[in-house]
Amino acid sequence: MRPFGYSRPTQVAEAIAQERRQPETKFLGGGTNLVDLMKMGVEHPAHLVDITRLPLAQIQEHPNAIRIGALARNSEVAAHPLILQKHPVLSQAILAGASPQIRNMATTGGNLLQRTRCFYFYDPSYTECNKRVPGSGCAALRGYNRIHAILGGSEQCIATYPGDMAVALTALNARVVVTGPQGERSIPIDQFYKLPGNTPHIEHDLKPYELIVAVEIPQAPSTGSHYLKVRDRNSFAFALVSVAAIVDLTADNRIRQTRIALGGVAPKPWRVPEAEESLRNQTAGETAFRAAAEIIVKGAAPHRYNGFKVEMARRSTVRALLAASQRA
Amino acid sequence: MKSHDDDMTRRTFVEATVAVASLYGSLAEAAPATGTIPTANYSLTINGQHHDLQLEPRVTLLDLLRERLHLTGTKKGCDHGQCGACTVLVDGVRVNSCLTLAVTQDGKQITTIEGLASGETLHPLQAAFIEHDGFQCGFCTSGQICSAAGMLKEAQAGMPSAVSLVAGHSAAAGLTADEIRERMAGNLCRCGAYVGIVAAIQAVDQASADRRGR
Repeated sequence: MRPFGYSRPTQVAEAIAQERRQPETKFLGGGTNLVDLMKMGVEHPAHLVDITRLPLAQIQEHPNAIRIGALARNSEVAAHPLILQKHPVLSQAILAGASPQIRNMATTGGNLLQRTRCFYFYDPSYTECNKRVPGSGCAALRGYNRIHAILGGSEQCIATYPGDMAVALTALNARVVVTGPQGERSIPIDQFYKLPGNTPHIEHDLKPYELIVAVEIPQAPSTGSHYLKVRDRNSFAFALVSVAAIVDLTADNRIRQTRIALGGVAPKPWRVPEAEESLRNQTAGETAFRAAAEIIVKGAAPHRYNGFKVEMARRSTVRALLAASQRA
Repeated sequence: MKSHDDDMTRRTFVEATVAVASLYGSLAEAAPATGTIPTANYSLTINGQHHDLQLEPRVTLLDLLRERLHLTGTKKGCDHGQCGACTVLVDGVRVNSCLTLAVTQDGKQITTIEGLASGETLHPLQAAFIEHDGFQCGFCTSGQICSAAGMLKEAQAGMPSAVSLVAGHSAAAGLTADEIRERMAGNLCRCGAYVGIVAAIQAVDQASADRRGR
């Protein structure tokens, strides 16, 4: 690991000032991804600003939203009574991810910013990776691309967003609250993440020196929800496909509204508004859900080893929607 | 490679290999702009003993324990947070020491496998792992036991797991084997001693549930 400087501010403004003061500086949260990437030589900051002692760990109910501080640990968020009661799909998604030790360390803000687990990105002995070295090519396109994207990829990059928490947050219409030299702003999570296009090294909407300070989940009517995760082993593995489904039903089993986000299939948590719209006023059930799933995978572009994800995405969507409906 | 092995103990061989690797690393990697390697001052309480430290910030808690303080009970398995062999408790909460920069834990209380027993009396989990054959080669065992100690506290505090969210969970009833497997998913055992590991943890949990007057 390259040597680096270290500082540990206690106020947000101080943290941002310290990041601006020196080049090649990164914020350090729980470190579960960044420290690993530094060991791998993918990340090599000259300075770390340890933000874990900033006062950003509260989880609070506001009139229109639940606000989760960026430094609330994954395990704390999943176990929080407000989250368990109002947005259990978020607890389910967090508890489906990583291991208990990692969830005890990982922060909310850091989880949002975790990097892809594309083998070719994570291992610098592969020279081709447009995300790591812009313009160097994409080894995954012709490589072992079983875990890669079937939707939203480009000729430059087919890496998937690996997380679970952000998939649930996307279905929950969460907003990412950031602060920086220009003040505070809030970004809908679906716009926070960027598709690779010709710039796969740009993954999100954070501007230089901006820091995530919170995630806000807007209040919504009580609904049924489910997070389904399909993976190579039953626990402690990344998703091949995952689905966060939220369903609001009338008394006669008709769909008022549904929100569906998929993980493991695209460079960001994947929503298809057209599929959600198609379910409005339909009777909840396998027929309608299968038709919506078809809209989601329409235009899927599988690669040599990940063709199975298309049907897996269809079936997982149907299963997640059925489970969510049963709880509505 | 074989002749080296014949001449050296495994540990000296590993140390020599690591020394060569870190020399290579320091040559291959650029020092920061100042040309000196910055150090940081911090203190940790490890198994009840206070330590004042002045080290490079890149030293992980795992390497601090093993290489600087010679507390080699904590093991380095994968060094990437994937195996759990390095699990220790920070202020009673289980973490992967390999992904933890030691400097970030300034002022915290660290408990390792060396700190679990009370004198000559084993921690109930240590005794149960022996009783239930919870290991074969033993490499993952320190991490398994530290992880289990943290896990039982989490479960007693009512923290949910992927299994309890579906099946429901009451601390008073004790943990099912499914619950223990899910809550211990961060600790791998390549010998496959899982049956004994689950039995050992379940026995300790049952005994403590009984004491609480289930």
